[in-house]
Amino acid sequence: MTIAFTNVTLGYDLHPAVHHLTLEIESGAMVALVGPNGAGKSTLLKGIMGQLQPLGGSINLGGLSNADIAYLPQLSQVDRSFPVTVKQMVSLGAWGQTGGFGRLKAEQAHAVEHALQQLGLKGFEKRMIDTLSGGQMQRVLFARLLLQKADLILLDEPFTGVDARTSEDLIAQIERWKVAGKTIIAVLHDLAQVRRHFPKSLLLSRRAIAYGATEGVLTEENLNKASQFNEAFDDHAEPCVMVGEH
Amino acid sequence: MFDMLAQPFFEFEFMRRALLGCLAISVSAAPVGVFLMLRRMSLTGDAMAHAILPGAAIGFLVAGLSTEAMTIGGIVAGCLVALLSGLVSRSTEVAEDSSMAAFYLISLALGVLIISVKGSQVDLLHVLFGSALALDNDALVLLISISTVSLAVMAVIFRPLVVECVDRQFLQSVSGLSPVAHLSFLVLVVLNLVGGFNALGTLMSVGMMILPAAMMRYWLRELDALLLGAILSAIVACLLGLLASYHFAWPSGPAIILSLGLGYVLSFIFGVNGGLVTKLTRRKKHLSA
Repeated sequence: MTIAFTNVTLGYDLHPAVHHLTLEIESGAMVALVGPNGAGKSTLLKGIMGQLQPLGGSINLGGLSNADIAYLPQLSQVDRSFPVTVKQMVSLGAWGQTGGFGRLKAEQAHAVEHALQQLGLKGFEKRMIDTLSGGQMQRVLFARLLLQKADLILLDEPFTGVDARTSEDLIAQIERWKVAGKTIIAVLHDLAQVRRHFPKSLLLSRRAIAYGATEGVLTEENLNKASQFNEAFDDHAEPCVMVGEH
Repeated sequence: MFDMLAQPFFEFEFMRRALLGCLAISVSAAPVGVFLMLRRMSLTGDAMAHAILPGAAIGFLVAGLSTEAMTIGGIVAGCLVALLSGLVSRSTEVAEDSSMAAFYLISLALGVLIISVKGSQVDLLHVLFGSALALDNDALVLLISISTVSLAVMAVIFRPLVVECVDRQFLQSVSGLSPVAHLSFLVLVVLNLVGGFNALGTLMSVGMMILPAAMMRYWLRELDALLLGAILSAIVACLLGLLASYHFAWPSGPAIILSLGLGYVLSFIFGVNGGLVTKLTRRKKHLSA
């Protein structure tokens, strides 16, 4: 189930946020998605999930359906003031089996216990999510991911606002997923962390600056290139006619 | 004591009808209000209450003071405004509160225009403020049906709705139910406002949603408890309001809403979750671990 991008352009109102992307992510890869703000990283994840239709080109998920993809939203997108408990939040990971209406069966309840255990959330089950710290909340979201048993795991800034110890624990979980043969794509900002843990990287700034083994991608030259793009949309840009410029 | 509290309900049929009607609204509207509050959409309820006015007015024009016609008109107008503003904000980059404000203002102006050209002041007052003490059989049956449907829909969409509130991006990543949950919820708001307007009027029935929820937030934390607490407090307020209305010859709608209002004021003064007194008197003690 190689994920293949063929000349993909994703964007809003005809403005490209990801421009002419052509590359392949093979099954079982652990890829860091790196780039400046506004480079199209979250947009690319939305494209993979099918929430955003490409303006051009195509994304081939190699037979994966939406149920096979687990997605970790940015922490800031979760309304933590809403009164739900840690356990309820984690249980949502079983959505693939329970759907919107079914109840949790014994087997899934067991899986919930396991996920709580795995992420060090024992004793937190009944806490409301608004009483958690940023790191604890991220553990909850990871436990939910764990429950989803997906083959492709998309993480949008999983370590933002998370302390060192928690991010070590979360990385350990990501590495367990890798050992289990899952494909992982994570949006990250901490380059040292990427170099330590992620074998492959994609450096994005609208277009792909570089893709491949991390040490070859995160070079000074490439990073400079990535930072020198115009973040603002050009309202007077000509319609794009080039095909596969990348 | 017994005479004061129970005798009016035993003696007069109109009091029993009023009570039954108000209980039905309490059970279905209060949970909807809890979600409105938690989603920071309390004022959306108010906006929607204005939006159903032209529908009720057109119903009134076509069929006179007919419960069914006004109810159907109200539901159609309310759903139209809810769906249009939902669709407009989801298909464009405009936030929903502004598209809803636009549509409800158009709707309200239309309603006031229709009523002032074709109706009289008295009709307008009835639509705006209703009268629980004058519920006839048709109105009562309609009200109870609406409550039943509303409760059933709420039960069915409960989980998608909660997830839509907490983590919409997750819901969108696992299912296509996000717009369904959101729009069904707006329809529930409309249904309950319309259900309430014969008994309480469009404006007062918003109070049945928002006040119990706002009050309970000062006492309870968990969602299940909030939902149950809101229903119970709405029921108690209906009883108190109707009794006050009977003993002092006050209009029933405002009496019920003022009972809720009193409960709200007491809650924000004495409530254990962030109430004034708790905040001021909390001793400087904390746990050891």
